[in-house]
Amino acid sequence: MLYFIEQCLNGVQLGMLLFLLAAGLTLIFGIMDLVNLAHGSLYMIGAYFAATFAALTGSFIAGALLALLATLVVGMAVEVIAMRRLYGRDHLDHVLGTFGLLLFFNELVRLIWGPAGMTLPLPSQMLTAIELLPGVYYPVYRLVIIAATMAVALLLYLLVMRTRIGMLIRAGASNREMVGALGINIKLLYTLVFGLGAALAGFAGLMQAPILTVQIGMGENILILAFVVIIIGGIGSIRGALVASIFVGLIDTVGRAFLPDLLRLFLSTNAASSAGPAISSMLIYVLMAAILVVRPEGLFSASNR
Amino acid sequence: MTTWLTARNALVVGVVALLALVPVYAATTGNYFLMSLFTRIVILAMAAVSLNLIMGFGGMVSFGHAAYLGIGGYVIGILAKEGVNSGFLQWPLALAVSALFALIVGALSLRTRGVYFIMITLAFAQMVYYVAIGLDRYGGDDGMTIYKRSQFGDWISLSNKTAFYYLCLGLLLVTAYLVWRIVNSRFGMVIQGARSNDRRMRAIGFPTYRYKLVCFVIAGAICGLAGALLANHTDFISPAIMHWTRSGDLIVMAVLGGMGTVFGPVFGAVALVALEEALPAVIRAVTLPFLGGDAAARVAEYWQLVLGPLFLLVVLYARGGIDGLITGARRG
Repeated sequence: MLYFIEQCLNGVQLGMLLFLLAAGLTLIFGIMDLVNLAHGSLYMIGAYFAATFAALTGSFIAGALLALLATLVVGMAVEVIAMRRLYGRDHLDHVLGTFGLLLFFNELVRLIWGPAGMTLPLPSQMLTAIELLPGVYYPVYRLVIIAATMAVALLLYLLVMRTRIGMLIRAGASNREMVGALGINIKLLYTLVFGLGAALAGFAGLMQAPILTVQIGMGENILILAFVVIIIGGIGSIRGALVASIFVGLIDTVGRAFLPDLLRLFLSTNAASSAGPAISSMLIYVLMAAILVVRPEGLFSASNR
Repeated sequence: MTTWLTARNALVVGVVALLALVPVYAATTGNYFLMSLFTRIVILAMAAVSLNLIMGFGGMVSFGHAAYLGIGGYVIGILAKEGVNSGFLQWPLALAVSALFALIVGALSLRTRGVYFIMITLAFAQMVYYVAIGLDRYGGDDGMTIYKRSQFGDWISLSNKTAFYYLCLGLLLVTAYLVWRIVNSRFGMVIQGARSNDRRMRAIGFPTYRYKLVCFVIAGAICGLAGALLANHTDFISPAIMHWTRSGDLIVMAVLGGMGTVFGPVFGAVALVALEEALPAVIRAVTLPFLGGDAAARVAEYWQLVLGPLFLLVVLYARGGIDGLITGARRG
């Protein structure tokens, strides 16, 4: 039971990180109609920036803030230099063009930071575990991740629903031409939205950096999970992304932790321990398939464009 | 019909002649690396041709096509490990299993369109990738060596590199012919019609979902065969064969060569692999006068810095690919 609570918390933590990526992807898709495979690269760059700046400044928080800013700038630069030329084109063009960008970023990171991974050490006060419930110890940093990502999700909600920029973003998502016709600088809006998506991805990357090794290609696996999230949630819907990412995070984590034991009830120990990891990594894809059978457009389909 | 003597047909004949002469060149110069490289090109070209059938003609942008390479390869690898070496059993089974997987994936993903389709095919391919990693008995993450290539009795020995190369080339040409026949048949017309306007095709009475599904399964099965060839070629199988960047490579091949043309992907496969092999040398040669030997060699390691933006440029300015460049057509 205690183990179950711990795994659920891990699931929520993975889910919130997925949400940061998926929210950016879905915003960019909803507003610019752009499929961005290079989104995982921004996640990776965020982590690399954080590791570098934290080492330079000697402070985790300062490093994280600088990394966030730097990823935002990189994202806006990418938009101005490359992405802008892809709007209004075929989705296949987006896939190819951003696939090229992804190769470019992986190689650029290898050129700048070298092929070896980096680590981002945590400040000592975050290294301890605290007792949540009697007998349930949980690492402080993982709680920090949950709290920080939830705060960012809340900020994102306030930004999109309660500010003028957010109003423009929502308007842009439902009718681009009309927003442009009303005299809004749509180019600038696009650059801002892309930068926002990049910063969210970078934030996810830098929060994850102390737990994992910072390495080339780290963004690719989680990017595909984020794709699964936005397929389940419905492309273009931030609310769908939130629900689906918690769902996917929980099922993936809890499934990996308990499915092998569950299989052991039916199969021989040997068969269960070899089939367990394979089957539990299939779980979320099976979930995705099941949801698609019922609702091909995802749970919260944003629009019928 | 139109004249047969066009720039495109001349290029097709030229490339086929070039491919047919590779073993001769390898035998005279003793450069067997080149033949191994071209065996890989021919096999990947076959996969790209099959992808192009659904992507170029059918408008179904599958981002998970490498999964069939993996499935075909793993069928060979698993059977070989379990002691079944007969190619007469291995190859039909590789075709059948990839066709079955294509049927399941197609039945689910063809319910959706556009970006959903791209991402779902990617997600399913990724699922197979993780399953392969989980197969501890068959090497898991590290993969496993295939000690014995498929056996075809006295018919052909796949261990003979030249014979194997010509077999792959022959199968590639058969595949291209098959795709050409499909595309120009009534079935192919329905598929192309559904790409242009699915709703209209349905309105005039074609159940396009079933047509597209059959097309998807055919492409999956062909790619599964390519996977069986690839496993025999490398004598090794690992999840890396179906890493999602491989699916990206196949798309690049199809687009680079010219989407929606029967032979375009073959040009694309030759061009992409040649580019991957040649780019480091080109970079070294270009930077040598400025940087000197050591630095130029080091810079050349980062050839993907050039390759990536090159894809972007192809997308932006040469949408018709190589085929479009020679025929002057722009495909959208």
